[in-house]
Amino acid sequence: MQFNRNTFICLALMLAGGLFLTQADLFLSDYQLYICKLFFINAILALSLNLIYGFTGMFSLGHAGFMALGAYMAALCILPPEQKEMMWILEPIIWPFSDLFTPFWLAVILGGLVALVFAFIIAVPALRLGDDYLGIATLGFAEIIRVLLTNATPITNGSLGIKGIPDAATLVTCYVWMLITLVVISRIVYGNFGNVLRCIRDNEIAAQVMGINVFAYKVMSFCVGAFFAGVGGALLASHLSTIDPKMFNFLLTFNVLMFVVAGGLGSLSGSVIGAGIITVLLEWLRAIEEPMEFLGMEIPGIPGMRMVVFSLVLLAIILYRREGIMGSREITLAGIARFFRRFTQTAGRAGQ
Amino acid sequence: MSLEMFFQHCFNALTLGSLYALIAIGYTMVYGVLRLINFAHGDILMVGAYFVFFGTFAFGWPWGVSAIVAVAGASLLGVLVERVAYRPLREAPRISALISAIAVSFFIESLAVVVFTGQPRPVLQPDWLISEWQLGNIRVLKLTAFVPVMTAVLVAGLLYILYRTKPGLAMRAISKDIETTRLMGVRVDNIIAFTFAVGSALAAASGIMWALRYPQVHPYMGIMPGLKAFVAAVVGGIGSVQGAVIGGVILGFVEIMSIAFFPELSGYRDAFAFIILVLVLVFKPTGLLGEDLKEKI
Repeated sequence: MQFNRNTFICLALMLAGGLFLTQADLFLSDYQLYICKLFFINAILALSLNLIYGFTGMFSLGHAGFMALGAYMAALCILPPEQKEMMWILEPIIWPFSDLFTPFWLAVILGGLVALVFAFIIAVPALRLGDDYLGIATLGFAEIIRVLLTNATPITNGSLGIKGIPDAATLVTCYVWMLITLVVISRIVYGNFGNVLRCIRDNEIAAQVMGINVFAYKVMSFCVGAFFAGVGGALLASHLSTIDPKMFNFLLTFNVLMFVVAGGLGSLSGSVIGAGIITVLLEWLRAIEEPMEFLGMEIPGIPGMRMVVFSLVLLAIILYRREGIMGSREITLAGIARFFRRFTQTAGRAGQ
Repeated sequence: MSLEMFFQHCFNALTLGSLYALIAIGYTMVYGVLRLINFAHGDILMVGAYFVFFGTFAFGWPWGVSAIVAVAGASLLGVLVERVAYRPLREAPRISALISAIAVSFFIESLAVVVFTGQPRPVLQPDWLISEWQLGNIRVLKLTAFVPVMTAVLVAGLLYILYRTKPGLAMRAISKDIETTRLMGVRVDNIIAFTFAVGSALAAASGIMWALRYPQVHPYMGIMPGLKAFVAAVVGGIGSVQGAVIGGVILGFVEIMSIAFFPELSGYRDAFAFIILVLVLVFKPTGLLGEDLKEKI
């Protein structure tokens, strides 16, 4: 890793962002803070899926499964043992989960690791498949994980889910985890490893012919993606404070896929932007489900309208702007500098 | 388990298997011509079932009339989906069409929630279907016999279309090579629309019978049957209609029999189909009757 001026500028920007966010509760309402946290978590999820799908070309629809694993693991880690004993009413919770009690940062890492281990188990049979077969197989695995979680009552409390998870995921924690995700994945993607991944995405046979161990690289990319999906799930569990198996259905995967496609496949800054815009859009669309007054007429709220608009947006993106907001471009410091230089030049010329 | 119980389970398995088979045919036909997993297929099933619900309750039509109207309506919807969401993406990467399919599926589901509300609703069951026959010690619900017979009739009709008519020939030609078929003077777009119409009609037929078997309709009723029927199509070998039927029946038997013999596994019921899927994909990715889709370089 080389340190140059840009590295320091980036670090300074990240630090400034963090300091800014520690003071955020002074001028943001609770609801805005809630959306902010959700945005950071969604960005983590989008980045991890982009690594798997956008950069390695593996069409995985199993994200909700990995998130569920991370969420359950973290929830079991941070709930105090007494509370767990009280909550598991169908069947008592079994050891070691009954006595497990860790700090939040460790819980998040453990959540990611559980997802990684499962991803590794899944990868061996599933990654032999291509394209849409892989999509269906991973979707199937996510469903299997969900069924297992529903039935493993002594560990997961079955379909009742887990309630009252401590809200340990503060704004700054989520921000830091998003930065970790961003830095790790961008180091992977824009290094030599990433070149190999893109080669596999663009032409798998050519990659094989060049002597790349395609399967090994795919497994590694898949596992790293799954790790961060687990991390995202862990943060989400703490953020929402309630989880149950029904929550981690295909709709959740669909949401993450939407962030990635909207932002642009193969663009990390696109994923972050896509996650931001759609998180805000989804919250903003809640307004159309409420009754409102329009030109003196009373329009009753239509429950469920949000998802109609949401799916139409995805359809419109894929039909009319398939490359998403960013395409495969990135926002870089050099790019911003160039933009400003050009901006000042044109401004200067206009002033003459 | 007594012999009577066993036969009872066999009938149930055959019914469920036929329903899966009818849905699977639609997946396999569309995959055959476009190489696309039509995610919206399960939702067309749901719409078909809702049409019957409204036909019988809102308009007071007899069940048979509503069923025919529903099948026609659903096949129109299938054609519309193809026209709006898939045709513009025919030259695009396959994954784009797949994402479009997922979006359409969610659109239909969420629109159904808005229009029909999320409440499950009961379905009218015609009396002649829910009476029982007494065969020795076995009691057979007429419905459990009606579904496989109806399925057999529909599949026979489909095979006639595929192997004895011009559009059927064109469909099979497209699944081999779309460009050459176009050069032979076949109107490819019309044939693809026709494929969607037929597949959606079969899905609607299945959805209507599904609603009779488990007598309620709700906006998400198509998802699980749709996914499992896709598994059935893969098991049978995607692209092959006969394979889809065999796969559907196998899946129906596995699901019913495993729970009949091991009742403690009933919580894992929804996982069986996907475990089978993974096993098939690992050991014989082309399925039982599927052709080897070699990668072209």
